[in-house]
Amino acid sequence: MSGAPSVAGPTAPAEVDQPVEDTTVDPDRPWVVIVWNDPINLMSYVTYVLQKLFGYPKAKAEKLMWQVHTEGRAAVASGPRETCEMHVFRLHEHGLWATMQQDD
Amino acid sequence: MGLFDRRRVRRRGPGRYELRLPPTERAVLADLVAQLRELLVATTDDPMVRRLFPTAYHVDPDRDREYQQLVRDELLERRLAALDTVEATLERDELDEAQLTGWMTAINDVRLVLGTRLDVSEEPVEIDIDDPDAPTYAVYDYLGYLLTEVVDALDADLPEPDEDAV
Repeated sequence: MSGAPSVAGPTAPAEVDQPVEDTTVDPDRPWVVIVWNDPINLMSYVTYVLQKLFGYPKAKAEKLMWQVHTEGRAAVASGPRETCEMHVFRLHEHGLWATMQQDD
Repeated sequence: MGLFDRRRVRRRGPGRYELRLPPTERAVLADLVAQLRELLVATTDDPMVRRLFPTAYHVDPDRDREYQQLVRDELLERRLAALDTVEATLERDELDEAQLTGWMTAINDVRLVLGTRLDVSEEPVEIDIDDPDAPTYAVYDYLGYLLTEVVDALDADLPEPDEDAV
């Protein structure tokens, strides 16, 4: 995330072709939406988007943004696959690097 | 509002935003928006715009292919709609919330494309004035500054947080 007034790292999934670890689908295992750090998106913008899309209070959105920035990623939501896919779409619409996977 | 108050975007009241952009800056934005439209209409697979259509299932390429087929057109439409909004309101001095949100999307999209092209990192870099990329860096920084003001203005109009989302 570019600090002066952005979110990415070497682990960010621009082009992902890593081997698939686990493709077993258990419909009961919840899905999680992950936002990855990228060097372009502004921190204030990421915080705003998390508030707007998820209805999070500013403090929670900021905490998640900092987690993305310092740890490289953060789980921002979880739930059924369809719901998570909608979240990912909305995050992509806003230019954030978001992916989803089934919870471990 | 003083003489040296240089804010470009100011919230005037709920859902009302004043836009104080000099003509030169409006011309730069018009040019950038037109360039992005040209890129997007040509293809969404070009490395220049790939950043705007990210991977969703990073551990499952097959599912990701399905996702991309499902949403790419809609994602493209929404990006183009934001560009339409900027073009239609480029000469305005006041915007409503939907319009400013379109500006936010368009500015961020252009910034993402420029940042990808410049291969920016989180480390601040000193750009030499003779660097052929210096003008692009200048535009990139300007857009970051403008986006910050847009987000500040829109932030004040976010609905109350969801009680269950704490």
